[in-house]
Amino acid sequence: MTSLTAPPMDLAPRLASTAIDDFAMPTGREEAWRFAPVDRLAGLLEPDGGSAAVVADPGPFISVVDFDPEDAGHWRPTDRGAVVAWAGARSAVQVRVPAETLVDEPIVVRLQAQGPRAHAHVDVRIGAHSRATVVVLNEGGSDVSGALVTEIGDGADLTMLSVIDGPRENVQMWHWPARVGRDARFTGSTITLGGSVVRNLPSVTYAGPGGAATLLGAFLADAGQYLEHRILVTHDQPHCTSSVVYKGALSGAGTHTVWVGDVVVRREAVATDTYEMNRNLLLDDGARADSVPNLELETGDVVSAGHASATGRFDDEQLFYLQARGIPEAVARQLVVRGFFVDVLSRVGSSQWRSIVLSRIADRLGMDPDFELDLEAAE
Amino acid sequence: MSTLAINDLHASVLTDGGPREILRGVTLTVTSGSTHAVMGPNGSGKSTLAYVIAGHPKYVVTAGTITLDGVDVLAMTVDERARAGLFLAMQYPVEIPGVSVSNFLRTSATAARGEAPKLRTWMKEMKDAMGVLQMDPAFAERNVNEGFSGGEKKRHEILQLSLLKPKIAILDETDSGLDVDALRVVSEGFNAFREETGAGTLLITHYTRILRYIHPDYVHVFVDGRIVESGGPELASVLESEGYERFVGNAPVAS
Ligand SMILES: Nc1ncnc2c1ncn2[C@@H]1O[C@H](COP(=O)(O)OP(=O)(O)OP(=O)(O)O)[C@@H](O)[C@H]1O
Ligand SMILES: [Mg+2]
Repeated sequence: MTSLTAPPMDLAPRLASTAIDDFAMPTGREEAWRFAPVDRLAGLLEPDGGSAAVVADPGPFISVVDFDPEDAGHWRPTDRGAVVAWAGARSAVQVRVPAETLVDEPIVVRLQAQGPRAHAHVDVRIGAHSRATVVVLNEGGSDVSGALVTEIGDGADLTMLSVIDGPRENVQMWHWPARVGRDARFTGSTITLGGSVVRNLPSVTYAGPGGAATLLGAFLADAGQYLEHRILVTHDQPHCTSSVVYKGALSGAGTHTVWVGDVVVRREAVATDTYEMNRNLLLDDGARADSVPNLELETGDVVSAGHASATGRFDDEQLFYLQARGIPEAVARQLVVRGFFVDVLSRVGSSQWRSIVLSRIADRLGMDPDFELDLEAAE
Repeated sequence: MSTLAINDLHASVLTDGGPREILRGVTLTVTSGSTHAVMGPNGSGKSTLAYVIAGHPKYVVTAGTITLDGVDVLAMTVDERARAGLFLAMQYPVEIPGVSVSNFLRTSATAARGEAPKLRTWMKEMKDAMGVLQMDPAFAERNVNEGFSGGEKKRHEILQLSLLKPKIAILDETDSGLDVDALRVVSEGFNAFREETGAGTLLITHYTRILRYIHPDYVHVFVDGRIVESGGPELASVLESEGYERFVGNAPVAS
């Protein structure tokens, strides 16, 4: 299945630069900013010499160094938010897994912002033929912008989970550029629960043929949160795959989520296999979800290319069915919402973190912890 | 001993074009140990009756009463009715993505019994109940009704019935979509439940074939939103040979 229904996407390679003036202050009329409440993000779009560093506790494979633009990974800023964060970054949190290393335990990076407004640079490099799971937790009470730059070496296998949780008053803007090596595998999941305005920009490029990328996302928005995910997958190598699945549940007046999934398959990327999907569940009438999948094929020589997007209301028939079995309404609602996320979360790659994320979601839904434990036990 | 008493029940379905009356004065009493077959043509309101008893929000009761052991059922929420001992095996069970059968069953058993069943004994209880219905244990790991065949859905409904052990069971077209073998298995599962619990049953069906396996004590002919004739099992034989025409012709005209 191929379809080309979305508005045309700008196919020119995106400008990448470390000069602030190369990116004008967004007005909100630009395609990339058209949904975002630019005024609420303004604090992270103007350079400010007083920004704090974002650090983490050092540990196996984790170190914190002074930010060095010369050794900051494969990526350079592609928008105003990114370039301001780059200019203001003081520290870099590095995760380095050497070549041919199998790391069994998840490498957990707990980001700590050292002030109310902070810029982060997290630089993850997984050596060739290594395998690791990296979890990046971002739940402090600060406004944070920055980049999580990920490089997966040839033949390596990285499972990565980025969790944004924590207080509701904070603004967060993240770029998450991943470069997937030859025959490498990358599963990158974003779990977005906290923040008042959150803008996440995961992107994937391939350094050689045969790479496989899976991008997963779960977001839960309520009480006026604005959560945006903009995904860009650029296929310019042959025989690579990408699979993007994002699910969101929303409720509350003024709550707004945005999902934009851009997938470009360049002329040289023959035998590409790509699929992207976003599903949103509206729990009440107050919330709004925008979902824009874009698939641009410059070659017809693909294995398959497809996209899907659907936003649906909470199904009262499901609720009735569960209640008719004696399950109280509140529990029934939680079961349905939790169930909605299960297929995404079952693929995040770490069973331990799958449970942790599920119980965070259960928490957010106000589920009784005993009940939650029972569910886990019964599974 | 339990009694479900339905008295002069009138109910409407809420449609986009406003409410539309479907039930036009239903009176029926079901007590423990007795099985009432309610038979009627398509669209006569049989499922509506079942849904109204269970409390589906799409319907409004405009007159009449429903009580269970003297307690007003209409004042209860859907889940309260279920916990009070009413069970509806649905004609069209709903898919619930991401919720496994085992999770769902344990959550409903917890609600019905007031406490979570001990995991070990629960697993055995579930396995035994599935055995009676000739269900593969792997079934418990699937999502509720998702991708189930018609027969699997109906087995799953009877499985819930046998685990939740209600006082009064309502079976809405449990026989539809079942081949002969499945009909026998499902009926045997139901009969085992009835024997064990002595529950009262309202068996809604369009066809007489299920009555070969589940023997009713009473048969009611349901036409145009009300019961137009009641009798013993012999009434089913009349319907079998003559169909509903006679009753449809006699149906009282709605006011
Ligand atoms: N949501 C609805 N909107 C409009 N009409 C409805 C709705 N639900 C039910 N009805 C109508 O109510 C009447 C009774 O429907 P009901 O499903 O109760 O019949 P039934 O006897 O169970 O039929 P069947 O044998 O086909 O299962 C039908 O005419 C049906 O079209
Ligand atoms: Mg029906």
